[in-house]
Amino acid sequence: MAQSAEHVLDHFELFRGPEYQQMLAKKKAFENPRDPAEVERVKEWTKTLEYREKNFAREALTINPAKACQPLGAVFASVGFEGTLPFVHGSQGCVAYYRSHLSRHFKEPSSCVSSSMTEDAAVFGGLNNMVDGLANSYNMYKPKMIAVSTTCMAEVIGDDLNAFIKTSKEKGAVPADFDVPFAHTPAFVGSHITGYDNALKGILEHFWDGKAGTAPKLERKPNDKVNFIGGFDGYTVGNLREIKRILELMGVEYTILADNSEVFDTPTDGEFRMYDGGTTLDEAANAVHAKGTISMQQWSTEKTLPFIADHGQDVLAFNYPMGVSATDDFLMALSLLSGKGIPEELARERGRLVDAMTDSSAHIHGKKFAIYGDPDLCYGLAAFLLELGAEPIHVLSTNGNKAWEEKTKALLAGSTFGQDCNVYPGRDLWHMRSLLFTEPVDYLIGNTYGKYLERDTGTPLIRIGFPVFDRHHHHRSPVWGYQGGMNVLVKILDKIFDEIDKKTSLLGKTDYSFDIIR
Amino acid sequence: MSLVTTQSAAEIRARNKELIEETLKVYPEKTAKRRAKHLNVHESGKSDCGVKSNLKSIPGVMTIRGCAYAGSKGVVWGPIKDMVHISHGPVGCGQYSWGSRRNYYVGTTGIDTFVTLQLTSDFQEKDIVFGGDKKLIKLIDEIQELFPLNNGITIQSECPIGLIGDDIEAVSRAKSNEYDGKTIVPVRCEGFRGVSQSLGHHIANDAVRDWIFDKNGPDSKPEFESTPYDVAIIGDYNIGGDAWSSRILLEEMGLRVIAQWSGDGSLAELEATPKAKLNILHCYRSMNYISRHMEEKFGIPWCEYNFFGPSKIAESLRKIASFFDDKIKEGAERVIEKYQPLVNAVIAKYRPRLQGKTVMLFVGGLRPRHVIGAYEDLGMEVIGTGYEFGHNDDYQRTAQHYVKDSTLIYDDLNGYEFERFVEKLQPDLVGSGIKEKYVFQKMGVPFRQMHSWDYSGPYHGYDGFAIFARDMDMAVNSPIWKKVKAPWKDVPKPKLLAAE
Repeated sequence: MAQSAEHVLDHFELFRGPEYQQMLAKKKAFENPRDPAEVERVKEWTKTLEYREKNFAREALTINPAKACQPLGAVFASVGFEGTLPFVHGSQGCVAYYRSHLSRHFKEPSSCVSSSMTEDAAVFGGLNNMVDGLANSYNMYKPKMIAVSTTCMAEVIGDDLNAFIKTSKEKGAVPADFDVPFAHTPAFVGSHITGYDNALKGILEHFWDGKAGTAPKLERKPNDKVNFIGGFDGYTVGNLREIKRILELMGVEYTILADNSEVFDTPTDGEFRMYDGGTTLDEAANAVHAKGTISMQQWSTEKTLPFIADHGQDVLAFNYPMGVSATDDFLMALSLLSGKGIPEELARERGRLVDAMTDSSAHIHGKKFAIYGDPDLCYGLAAFLLELGAEPIHVLSTNGNKAWEEKTKALLAGSTFGQDCNVYPGRDLWHMRSLLFTEPVDYLIGNTYGKYLERDTGTPLIRIGFPVFDRHHHHRSPVWGYQGGMNVLVKILDKIFDEIDKKTSLLGKTDYSFDIIR
Repeated sequence: MSLVTTQSAAEIRARNKELIEETLKVYPEKTAKRRAKHLNVHESGKSDCGVKSNLKSIPGVMTIRGCAYAGSKGVVWGPIKDMVHISHGPVGCGQYSWGSRRNYYVGTTGIDTFVTLQLTSDFQEKDIVFGGDKKLIKLIDEIQELFPLNNGITIQSECPIGLIGDDIEAVSRAKSNEYDGKTIVPVRCEGFRGVSQSLGHHIANDAVRDWIFDKNGPDSKPEFESTPYDVAIIGDYNIGGDAWSSRILLEEMGLRVIAQWSGDGSLAELEATPKAKLNILHCYRSMNYISRHMEEKFGIPWCEYNFFGPSKIAESLRKIASFFDDKIKEGAERVIEKYQPLVNAVIAKYRPRLQGKTVMLFVGGLRPRHVIGAYEDLGMEVIGTGYEFGHNDDYQRTAQHYVKDSTLIYDDLNGYEFERFVEKLQPDLVGSGIKEKYVFQKMGVPFRQMHSWDYSGPYHGYDGFAIFARDMDMAVNSPIWKKVKAPWKDVPKPKLLAAE
């Protein structure tokens, strides 16, 4: 018996002991296990070009996708508004999943309700669930706004949110003038970034275009403000705070739309804040008057931006700007739009990032990378790697589309360091596995699920993306702005140095190269 | 320190009743009436806890429950390691449940075992419009090609499958014939079925009965020599290795475990279970159905057991042994004796730090009752408990064997009620899930996730008890809880002002 009170063995030590190892070896006899030689043969076969071809010929099966479904994005966007309770109409299990998923990434509470539709609602429709649900949520959680979206169940049976919300108000579930914006967010269309887009558009539409026929449409009276949209972003806490700092440094008057940087980073001080921060409802309404709107993620705002443009604003979309040039472009565009200059302090920050890149570039230059994640994140990361003289080889986005593919290819074609890179829209992490075996790279950048690829292929994983479940607090630091670029640079460098150390730490074998100074 | 310990049972009962009344005031009348049936104070001597259960959750209240798919794919089927489990429908369900339950297993993942893969048919609009059966047919071919060493396939239905009229049973039969009788199991666990995870467990159990037992018959493979001491572990999902730290005790007492359901389990083990002499059942809620079926059909007795904390472990080892001869009975005593020094050392170390501390639980399955003994072994007291998806038989077991008089009981608790109850009762520790964890930690209340063991475990068996005790101690006695209030906000008003 290895366990003891003095030194309590955890699961990662306990089961390595001889008693458990013998027990597990004996258990095998009952498992009807495959011949180990056969397992080895198939394992090796999965590393081949032949397997890769079969793998890429898949038409029906998706394995380890790097995307989630629409309502997750809708919930993420909704909580960015002051006092807003996301309400997802459909099966209740979905909401348990979104809440868990967001909590596991941010290590924060995630509040959201469901209309808990069951079999009878599948037959008769979910109107009663909506009426009762809105009344209960309104009374229990005292929200300032309830933002409704849908699960695939409600979409398949065709529930009409606009009519249901109207009826609910008529039945007194919530006051007639209480704000209940909505968005249909079918899980079988697009991904979580689509859901973000639909929900945000739904909320703006509600405030700007007459609250579903219950109020006059707002008439735009242009002012000097700039709207800012972050898009679905695992680094929303750090990033939005950094953007606010930059906007304030420049003296730009701004409105962050869907500002969830507070609600996903509340203090532990004895009070649970179900709602915190967020774009106020007045700000959301008045955002129609802004001079223009900047989105940091084109593919998170494909419908929202044209909607805003239709209201007469200038709109600008970036692709998760990361590093020097992308941040330059962002700041210059912001300056142009707002008429405010870029202060010296930001020029100094820029200089520090360039300084850091010159200090370290020798360790990154020429290193080969594979990247996967949401389409804008992939684009932004690829652009930054090119600046560092690194060579992206595989860029894969499960929820990337044809337009993303073309834009990313154009970016790569414009750099000598992007010539050997291929772009994979609509592919998953099992495709990536084949790519890493058949065309190996030095480093992989992606979310937590990349650890399976790291284990299988030996490619060191740098965790940048969503979700990151197995490392803590990274979402608190920005990856946007020059300071954000610095954070990304350090993250990449740390992994590179750690890997060199790991490979040179065999005493008596690789005492050389185990350097103190690098 | 909790408020409750200084009060009498009658006072606590009155206070808890008042707390329930107070909490119900927030609801619209109809909702208050419905919720009132799920909240109560236990009276000792009663045969159940006096609450309704297994009823529909109320819309909009922030229920903590999940769905039937979670009960089938997430709980029962997902851990069977050598079968490929398809999340059939849109991408989300499989994505959110990917690798999050910590059902440990040993295998070459992606080659002969598949638990931590997320395989989905990733439904698009055209699949909803035209149906998904053709995609499913092709998908099974692709699995066969890319994962040739899989020992079977299950189809875990997501909501749309049952709504668009797909015939996954017909597809399963046809593909099974095509692949020489391969085990392909369609599971009708659409998320809208039933009121919680619970129906998903039942549906998943029935699928084992219909598509594995009935397919094979009791006399089929596998071929191993039976012994009089063959048992199967039922309803242990090997979270953090729970089934392993249980199995080792059973084997040390002389039994032979021929199957694990379903943590670190395999198709062969499911198929072999009708040969067991006794099914020992840990999570009654999720696997009583198949245990009863095996009793009726194959005449295999089953007994419930509880491997949390030394008191319940010893009681359970003796109970299990009572089904066998003296050799096993002696074996049970030998095991209890062998681990006694470890138990003594753990209790000596941790009990003084935890004595008198109070706990509120809200979990699923068996835990709202099963872990109470382990807390009591450490001198802690459970002052409130409830089931996410329990039935009346769970509350009966709770009332008859576990909870004390005046314990607050809450069924299908929601966010609002849980916050009010904790705020008022001020327990020293809350044990619940990931959705609750950060809410209470923000409030300054120590918390442990009691679904995933907060990424720790195992908690079963003697080895697990040491980890359990250590974890509860580090939650309750972490120095960080003293830092929750900023010192300048904690200062009482200066006396000078009062004197003016």
